[in-house]
Amino acid sequence: MLNYIRSTQAWNSIFRHGIPRDRRTRVMAVMSNLFLHLHPVAVRKSGIRLSFTWCMGGLTFFLFLAETISGVLLMFYYRPVPEYAYADIIGLRAHVTLGLLREIHRWGAHAMIIAIWLHMMRVFLTGSYKPPREFNWGVGVILLVLTMLMSFTGYLLPWDQLAVWAITVGSNMGKATPFMGMAGPFTDMLLLPGGVPLVTVKSDAAYLLLAGTSVGENALMRFYVLHCIALPLVLAVLIAIHFWRIRKDGGISGPM
Amino acid sequence: MIHSVLTLGSGSKPMFTNPAIESFKSFVNQISVPEFSLPIFSVLFILMMVYYRKWTRPVVSLAILVVFCVFYFGSMLIDHNYLLIIQKPDNVPITIMLLSMMLCLWMAFRNAAINDACLEVGQPLPDADREDKVLVWPDLVYTEMICMILVSVILVVWSVMLRAPLESPANPAGPPNPSKAPWYFLGLQEMLVYFDPWIAGVILPGLIVTGLIVMPFIDTNPKGNGYYTVKQRPFAISVWMFGFLILWVVLIVFGTFLRGPNWNFFGPYEYWDSHLQVPLTNINLSDYFWIFGLGKALPTNPFMREFLGIIFMAFWILVLPVILAKTVMRRLFENMGSMRFYIMAFHLVILAILPVKMVLRWVFTLKYFVYLPEYNLNI
Ligand code: HEM
Repeated sequence: MLNYIRSTQAWNSIFRHGIPRDRRTRVMAVMSNLFLHLHPVAVRKSGIRLSFTWCMGGLTFFLFLAETISGVLLMFYYRPVPEYAYADIIGLRAHVTLGLLREIHRWGAHAMIIAIWLHMMRVFLTGSYKPPREFNWGVGVILLVLTMLMSFTGYLLPWDQLAVWAITVGSNMGKATPFMGMAGPFTDMLLLPGGVPLVTVKSDAAYLLLAGTSVGENALMRFYVLHCIALPLVLAVLIAIHFWRIRKDGGISGPM
Repeated sequence: MIHSVLTLGSGSKPMFTNPAIESFKSFVNQISVPEFSLPIFSVLFILMMVYYRKWTRPVVSLAILVVFCVFYFGSMLIDHNYLLIIQKPDNVPITIMLLSMMLCLWMAFRNAAINDACLEVGQPLPDADREDKVLVWPDLVYTEMICMILVSVILVVWSVMLRAPLESPANPAGPPNPSKAPWYFLGLQEMLVYFDPWIAGVILPGLIVTGLIVMPFIDTNPKGNGYYTVKQRPFAISVWMFGFLILWVVLIVFGTFLRGPNWNFFGPYEYWDSHLQVPLTNINLSDYFWIFGLGKALPTNPFMREFLGIIFMAFWILVLPVILAKTVMRRLFENMGSMRFYIMAFHLVILAILPVKMVLRWVFTLKYFVYLPEYNLNI
């Protein structure tokens, strides 16, 4: 039966190589698959030892995928307006079959933060940011910031007390930005001709983030779009660059 | 399952109490205030960096892990307040982070100990097998698949056991007390105790990001590229790991576990009393100088009033790097060149001002070096 399937034209049109049993077919297996060919066909043994990379970069990526999938499923049920948001979250728990979506999405997000920190720590401790990998480390730092922002914007969406006030604590920091926040140093000193203040409560850094002076419905919409569309797109592109550069920089680092 | 085991002790009485346990608890509560516990953690950190060959031996590290777990998890049985904090669903990631971080630290320093032993006698590293290549299929693909399956299982079990938290609907008029940022930002929120929001919430995170990005360009030490070592790059590793472990991770643990209503500090076995009033008796540097030192009133000109703090900050940020370059860090300065050195030194002195201000707060109840409310500029 299996042999029959493997001999059909359909199977052979998908997998252009035999079962990966010998060297040639194994190389083919990696080269002819879009996803696997993110990898080189052969790597140094030391580079993939579990006690070297801890598999943490890979896990961060895997968790990113898990978040994407569970996130898309959540979007089917969730409406980002104050009237419905909280009720939709309750409904997710009560009415949706396999009501684990939210749990997987939330704990997965926490796990991704932990994984990315550990990944950064291992890259630091192996000195893998040193030449020729300076640029990829920089890409990594941006990935780190974006991942934390993803988590931060997502935190608001359940629209419960925890969410709204955690984001309030965070966005209050924006009010304190020098020159750009209402409560920040030097902001009062920026005047337009005629002594009109340049930065007002309606044009400071916190207002840009929240589209309002406090966390309200505009902020919810803004965070929703950032969380579901803008940030993930940027993150995906940067991850692609990150992976591309790992190979261009000579693969996983190792002792000379 | 495990959840029901955890809830065993969740009546309002802990499972075990007796006078010895009570005095242990009050002892721990007393030493856990930041002015004691942060120095203790710093000393532990130094021991960790110095004796990495000793503690990474499997037997020793296993013993450390067991002791840690006995205290960390055993405390759930002897104290109800602690149990409540540890069990809070949003705090579970902290426990997972601590355990996985300990595992990773062990692997890193264990590898470093082995590598450094080889480097000392001039042997090649166990990993120096440049030519020794293996095929991605099966070696890497299978490892990745096993990791993926393992993490999926952990994630599903975690999700089945713990519901994602959901509190009452948003109420813009009634903030919960304490209001906390998400746990991964609590290190910054903890910094709010010592610094104004413009520093703790804007300048510090900004400098963390720029510091990380410029790091590869200012660390000119060519050694330790691609393998674990402590001996070949002690300065880089101590500074970075101190920032990460003590000023980031430990402060997150404080912010989550030990900061209660009104952001007051509570020991791990203390009840979060929302009526507790802690009088704020902190004093500005300018008050110290003019009122206590000279016995005069504060000058009306703000810059006159704050001149000492302004001079101190200017010294700290502008002059101290130059002094470092001329004295203790001369070798580093010559190796790095001035541009690299001053970028590094700028980030370093700002990093250093955090513990400096903490200590001054604890010892002299210092509030601000520079207090210029006229410009919202308090440091
Ligand atoms: C979404 C986040 C990220 C993903 C998915 C990711 C993924 C990966 C993967 C799969 C690797 C291969 C080796 C390994 O697993 O360790 C890697 C390597 C690397 N990562 Fe990341 N990473 C992320 C974030 C970061 C961050 C935050 C940094 C640093 C600040 C960073 C810096 C690097 C560097 C320099 C390498 C090359 C290491 C070497 O050659 O040994 N990455 N990354």
